[in-house]
Amino acid sequence: MSAVIDDHGHEGHAHGPAKGLMRWVLTTNHKDIGTLYLWFSFCMFLLGGSFAMVIRAELFQPGLQIVEPAFFNQMTTMHGLVMVFGAVMPAFVGLANWMIPLMIGAPDMALPRMNNFSFWLLPAAFLLLVSTLFTPGGGPNFGWTFYAPLSTTYAPESVTYFIFAIHLMGISSIMGAINVVATILNLRAPGMTLMKMPLFVWTWLITAFLLIAVMPVLAGCVTMMLMDIHFHTSFFSAAGGGDPVLFQHVFWFFGHPEVYIMILPAFGAVSSIIPAFSRKPLFGYTSMVYATASIAFLSFIVWAHHMFVVGIPLVGELFFMYATMLIAVPTGVKVFNWVSTMWQGELTFETPMLFAVAFVILFTIGGFSGLMLAIAPADFQYQDTYFVVAHFHYVLVPGAIFGIFASAYYWLPKWTGHMYDETLGKLHFWLSFIGMNMAFFPMHFVGLAGMPRRVPDYNLQFADFNMVSSIGAFTFGATQIFFLFIVIKTIRGGPPAPAKPWDGAEGLEWTVPSPAPYHTFVTPPEVK
Amino acid sequence: MMRHPHVWMGLLLWSIFGQAHAAWTTNMAPGATEVSHEVFDLHMTIFWICVVIGIIVFGAMFWSMIVHRRSTGQVAAKFHESTTVEILWTVVPLLILVVMAIPATKTLIQMYDNTESGLDIQITGYQWKWQYKYLGQDVEFFSNLATPADQIHNKEAKGEHYLLEVDQPLVVPVGVKIRFLVTAADVIHSWWVPAFAVKRDAIPGFVNEAWTRIEKPGIYRGQCTELCGKDHGFMPIVVEAKTQADYDTWLAERKAESAKLKELTSKEWTLEELVAQGDKVYHTACVACHQAEGQGLPPMFPALKGSKTVLGPKEEHLATVFNGRAGTAMAAFGKQLSEVDIAAVVTYERNAWGNNKGDMVTPKDVLALKQAAAK
Amino acid sequence: MSDTPRPNKPLVTRLLILVVAMFAFGFALVPLYDVMCKALGINGKTGDQYTQTQQVDDSRQVRVQFLATNNADMTWGFFPKAQELTVHPGAVSEMLFVAQNPTDKPMTAQAIPSISPSTAAVYFHKTECFCFTQQMLQPGERIEMPVRFIVDRDLPKDVKHLTLAYTLFDITARMPPVIRPVAASGG
Repeated sequence: MSAVIDDHGHEGHAHGPAKGLMRWVLTTNHKDIGTLYLWFSFCMFLLGGSFAMVIRAELFQPGLQIVEPAFFNQMTTMHGLVMVFGAVMPAFVGLANWMIPLMIGAPDMALPRMNNFSFWLLPAAFLLLVSTLFTPGGGPNFGWTFYAPLSTTYAPESVTYFIFAIHLMGISSIMGAINVVATILNLRAPGMTLMKMPLFVWTWLITAFLLIAVMPVLAGCVTMMLMDIHFHTSFFSAAGGGDPVLFQHVFWFFGHPEVYIMILPAFGAVSSIIPAFSRKPLFGYTSMVYATASIAFLSFIVWAHHMFVVGIPLVGELFFMYATMLIAVPTGVKVFNWVSTMWQGELTFETPMLFAVAFVILFTIGGFSGLMLAIAPADFQYQDTYFVVAHFHYVLVPGAIFGIFASAYYWLPKWTGHMYDETLGKLHFWLSFIGMNMAFFPMHFVGLAGMPRRVPDYNLQFADFNMVSSIGAFTFGATQIFFLFIVIKTIRGGPPAPAKPWDGAEGLEWTVPSPAPYHTFVTPPEVK
Repeated sequence: MMRHPHVWMGLLLWSIFGQAHAAWTTNMAPGATEVSHEVFDLHMTIFWICVVIGIIVFGAMFWSMIVHRRSTGQVAAKFHESTTVEILWTVVPLLILVVMAIPATKTLIQMYDNTESGLDIQITGYQWKWQYKYLGQDVEFFSNLATPADQIHNKEAKGEHYLLEVDQPLVVPVGVKIRFLVTAADVIHSWWVPAFAVKRDAIPGFVNEAWTRIEKPGIYRGQCTELCGKDHGFMPIVVEAKTQADYDTWLAERKAESAKLKELTSKEWTLEELVAQGDKVYHTACVACHQAEGQGLPPMFPALKGSKTVLGPKEEHLATVFNGRAGTAMAAFGKQLSEVDIAAVVTYERNAWGNNKGDMVTPKDVLALKQAAAK
Repeated sequence: MSDTPRPNKPLVTRLLILVVAMFAFGFALVPLYDVMCKALGINGKTGDQYTQTQQVDDSRQVRVQFLATNNADMTWGFFPKAQELTVHPGAVSEMLFVAQNPTDKPMTAQAIPSISPSTAAVYFHKTECFCFTQQMLQPGERIEMPVRFIVDRDLPKDVKHLTLAYTLFDITARMPPVIRPVAASGG
């Protein structure tokens, strides 16, 4: 895809940002809001990470040392909620805000004021959520999947705040998604047809539709909880004719597409980064688009694979098993395409490429364990053990998080106007890579050996691998502070970045200077 | 060592740590039933298929990463699509999936087999213990964690079966089809014994079914696998499989024991005897919430030391233990503990930690309450 | 945004309609799930009152086992008069369940039935059941509650053994009972 920019003058009516704090509070500029999202997400990443550190510290050795089981459950719950809704999702919305207008030649997001509002809902939601930890009964302690009746009849009083926090996050995500759809469908530069869009834009468009489809279902789910708790309805209580299993169906109808919401944008980013450092066009662009769409479609008909042991009739079990196995096909196509893109390329391994390659390898390992989990009879042994924990961390850490790191390093020069320190970047990668594998690979073993998830203590046979896991987790955690240092260093200085710092990179974003001016593409570029 | 399949994943770590240590288990165990063997084989088959695919994909990737680098003077090729290849790598994985699905379907159908069973056991999950009812046998009991609190709090060395030991295991015969009817009384639990490849959610209000036929006698351990609150990690499952003859002996003894228990109820107990017995009961049934020194974990679990209920009239104290307290975490122990144990624990609470009431509740008092409930 | 800006309003409106529709869909899952449960016997759920009759199949026998479980806080005595019955498919059978309120307060309870194996649930018809209504018992009161049922002639041949389990829930808080004097307790 080659783009010729006729004129992207930011002279004339262009103006810079307002000064002071109010710039950030009132901003409607997509770059400012993108920056806010990214910083917020990083703060949440560190907060959720610190909860993980508490969990791993307690699990460092058998026996109860640091926290009581009641608090441990709050930590596992909050770790999940903060990472999913606070770290990963806002990071992708941040990337979308920054990059989608630059990639499609739009001057800003389609609905800038709503954009501001959807960001500022998030700090409010998380303030509400995290504050529950300080209430007398404690915060949410029923796991991030909050199965009824543990989260209704047996929940701490703070569950009401939790429900409102989820509502706020949901509204924020829905507004963000609407904004993305409107921007992509309405603001593309002339000549930027759908099939010319970078894959990041494509995957985000599909993600946005997933968000619009399932976040309201989650909202409905927590609303039913709220009614059960406060208004004597019985959606999820057998006593009044309801059913706790219904909760799981509604939750996972949201929950499974949610998993793809957290991974599809990373697929898109990696599909830009691998070609850039292979100096070869992406292999099978069209099939990538169709594969993404198929994954999104399949995500709606596989939810009950999270519930193989609740006692689904045989036909149901078989249906969900087959449907889940099918997901391996489009996912495989994606992996094969990435490998083919690298094949006979001219590879160099700068930090974004390192993260992208690790993404492909480790995500594929997560995919393999996912395939194993899809096999219903085998899942009876895996379900709710550490094998599952290993699986979804292999999908989400090297998937979502490494995808975000790769994107951050790839576009940092565009955002800051400076090149990051390559040596430090590589160090960050290797420490993250080693820490992550050390933390999560042994979890496969303890899971298969029989350790259930969400337990604060375990039998001695699991002790050695848990210690290895904890050391890996501490390494990974500490490394992310180092990432903060690298980013701050890049913002404050470093070699000036040219408009296009990567010789193999493609796309409109590299046609504007680095750092990207406050207003870009005021006059739309012409895409041939 | 290579002959054992369960070293596969850990080969690397094995070579690092040398000597095989019992704790470095890296794989699922084949288990003790026909179904569990099948599940194990299925697990291994799919694992090896994944390994082969992995070797091909990662092999190509690493080849590319080593050979096709700018530093080796490579010049990028320009190809970027091939419909033939795309179709090929859509169809081939699809065929591999079909190969996987066939044995998986067979095993699953076998798991849903409805043929007649030799023994039916109702399993009920409670926060945080299991109840086993031998249907038609008039035998039922609760199975609590038996690991002492001192081991959990690192004041004492941990035993081999730390957190995987119970006061009363589920005893079953080998070679008989056993049908489990799984349900729960409060939140969702999940009953899992890896050696049988049986995992079933216990859902309040509904009954789930699973079955097993154990091949050889032995002790099989498992845990609750659905987050069920504070002590989710502390409600293990122990199944003792015996030969039919040994099982019959056990069943007879078990029935004799409950007769003896009835005798104990009518015996005249002294305060000291009750307090001594209550001490034991308290440390299995109550300590998790109300804590060793009766200090509780407020606000969820109130202190018993100096508590209004404990220091109040003994009838009310007994009623609270017997019936539980609606809307709180306090469960009804009336059906979970024997008359002697309820009397003992109430008496103990009234006289421990400086509560010093000096009065006692006798097993006969409890029996009266029970009879009123079951007439 | 110089040339031909596409209007956002129609698109945003459509997306918002989608949001509202999906929110409604979340709630629509409730009756949808109910229908699925009754059709497939999920969780062993049985249908509503059955009004038809069937030809008795004397050639076949099915064991029906009865379970009674109290949910957590429930203090009532609750048990079937017999642990099991052997019945012929198509025939109407009856079992009595006993409930007794040992407390000094009037209480309301609801029994929830569940059939195992769940594949058999659609073949189990209740012509009369105490689970269709709530039970209200005065302090010390004891009642016997009937369930009348037909095991369908079409019950799959491999099922020779059914379990009918009731779980008794205390719903006093939701359905406050009416206090009335009881002449005699027990019975």
